[in-house]
Amino acid sequence: MSDYNTMEMMICAAARNLEDGAAVAVGTGAPCAASMLAQKAHSPNLVIIFEAGGIAPLLPTMPISVGDSRTYYKAVMASGMCEVMETLARGMVDYCFLGGAQIDMYGNINSTVIGDWEHPKVRFPGSGGANDFGSMAWKIMVITPQDSRRFVERVSFITTPGYLDGPGSREEAGLALNTGPHKVITNMAVMGYDPDTKRMRVESIHKGFSFDDVQENTGFELLKVPDVVETPEPTAEELRLLREEVDPNRYIIGR
Amino acid sequence: MFEVIAAGEGPLFMDPDADKAREYFHAKNRALVSKVMTVSEAVGKFVHDGEYLAIGGFGANRIPTAVCHEIVRQRKRNMAFAGHTSTHDFQILAAGEVFDRCDIAYIIGLEARGLSPNARRYMESGKVQSCEWTNYAMACRLKAAAAGVSFIPARNILGTDTFKHSAAKVIKCPFTDEKYVIYPALWPDVSAIHVHESDVYGNCRIKGISIADLELARASKRLIITTERLISNDEIRSNPTATVIPYYLVDAVCEVPYGSYPGNMPYEYFSDEDHLRLWLNVEKDLDEFKGFLDKYIYRTRDFSQYLELCGGIERINQLRAIENLIDLNGRG
Repeated sequence: MSDYNTMEMMICAAARNLEDGAAVAVGTGAPCAASMLAQKAHSPNLVIIFEAGGIAPLLPTMPISVGDSRTYYKAVMASGMCEVMETLARGMVDYCFLGGAQIDMYGNINSTVIGDWEHPKVRFPGSGGANDFGSMAWKIMVITPQDSRRFVERVSFITTPGYLDGPGSREEAGLALNTGPHKVITNMAVMGYDPDTKRMRVESIHKGFSFDDVQENTGFELLKVPDVVETPEPTAEELRLLREEVDPNRYIIGR
Repeated sequence: MFEVIAAGEGPLFMDPDADKAREYFHAKNRALVSKVMTVSEAVGKFVHDGEYLAIGGFGANRIPTAVCHEIVRQRKRNMAFAGHTSTHDFQILAAGEVFDRCDIAYIIGLEARGLSPNARRYMESGKVQSCEWTNYAMACRLKAAAAGVSFIPARNILGTDTFKHSAAKVIKCPFTDEKYVIYPALWPDVSAIHVHESDVYGNCRIKGISIADLELARASKRLIITTERLISNDEIRSNPTATVIPYYLVDAVCEVPYGSYPGNMPYEYFSDEDHLRLWLNVEKDLDEFKGFLDKYIYRTRDFSQYLELCGGIERINQLRAIENLIDLNGRG
């Protein structure tokens, strides 16, 4: 199967990380598409949760907002922000998906400012629910383009905690034990984190790209697993579900 | 005694003192009296320059648009604002330069729609003093206030620059020695929430998600309700399970049909994405934006006139169809 675009590749790669029975906190866009695809392809019991209160909806179409009425269409519960965030705090949410302007080698994420906080060069929205998800879900996943302006040595502002300064620092800060960054899915590769150093490492590379391509588009030294493999391509069935059922209007996969 | 391990450097815009709040709420009128008035009257009476303002809903979902417009139209100034789950509401208030202090959880952006050029200009102008939080952090602050206590512990924000620029503190649990962030209670001076149904006294029903509005209603010193429709007190009493905001929290009840427009109103109408896109586009040019604000806010009399400018009932009916997943193209 070679007839697919970059966004479809990223969504399929992300979807495969969501096993049946898991709970995932998502936003709009690619993460939502990945969660919908996982639910239709291999994880019928995936629990999809939105920060504004939507719990386990049967999404009829792509939501525009994490609080619009699609996010609790035929849901099991239309709750509120505290209900959702406290479900994360109790340890019942396995994954969260996050985005941001910058990510660093420890998976810290910046969605607040570029430049000095007092006099920002660029002001972004801030945490929203990102810090809450990244602090309290078990595993953080990120879908983002591989770009050395995004993958920086050190984010200029830690909006959402990754592994902070490395091994032990989440625990030292007081964050819940055994939580943290898990996967980063880009247009070129799937990355994870080295269990000892907590640094980002390449695990699989998409067809048509090399490790050097990935490294050249990253602003810090990447580690890699000993046996870097080629990321499995989307299957015909995944692409059918994605195009016909998940995103027929091509809001996300048409980007 | 709690040991404070770390403290954020951000400013605290409101006093979290629980006894002062109790004194305020003790004096609040609990008589069953009609609070029905126009949005213009409610804003004139209950929103004052320099005060702390919060808006319910989630950005462009179940928001009290009419109150946001009226605050801008009455040229309220020097307010503090809870930039919490805010998108189009923030965009409107930033356009009016209503606030000069902001608790930031989510601002400037309209989620997948993009960033507001004007709100961004305003926040980068240096005119606004700010403090960083998260959506749940702000919900926690309101929850503490609603519970009548001056702080509440949680397990987010720790170790980050978001914490550093907040006014939160980190303490060690006296039972377990685990570290927790503690958030100061937030009692906004005035808030506005849009609901599906209310009686004249302010007993309210909401359908769909509540976001942080149940906490906000209880934390706010003054509360303006806009409602899709007024219902009778008999109707409220026929099903008390459905009441989510009791009347004694409420200071004004304004009937504003389609009042969340251009935002989504659950089970009623979807967001008007064309109109929201128009806002984002027109904001790129300051002169054009000034003309746009004159047309849609400053020179409109009230929300119903604004709605007419945006296509009136015909447009609402289209948005109803989108909300209810009805295909209008299939008709004979």
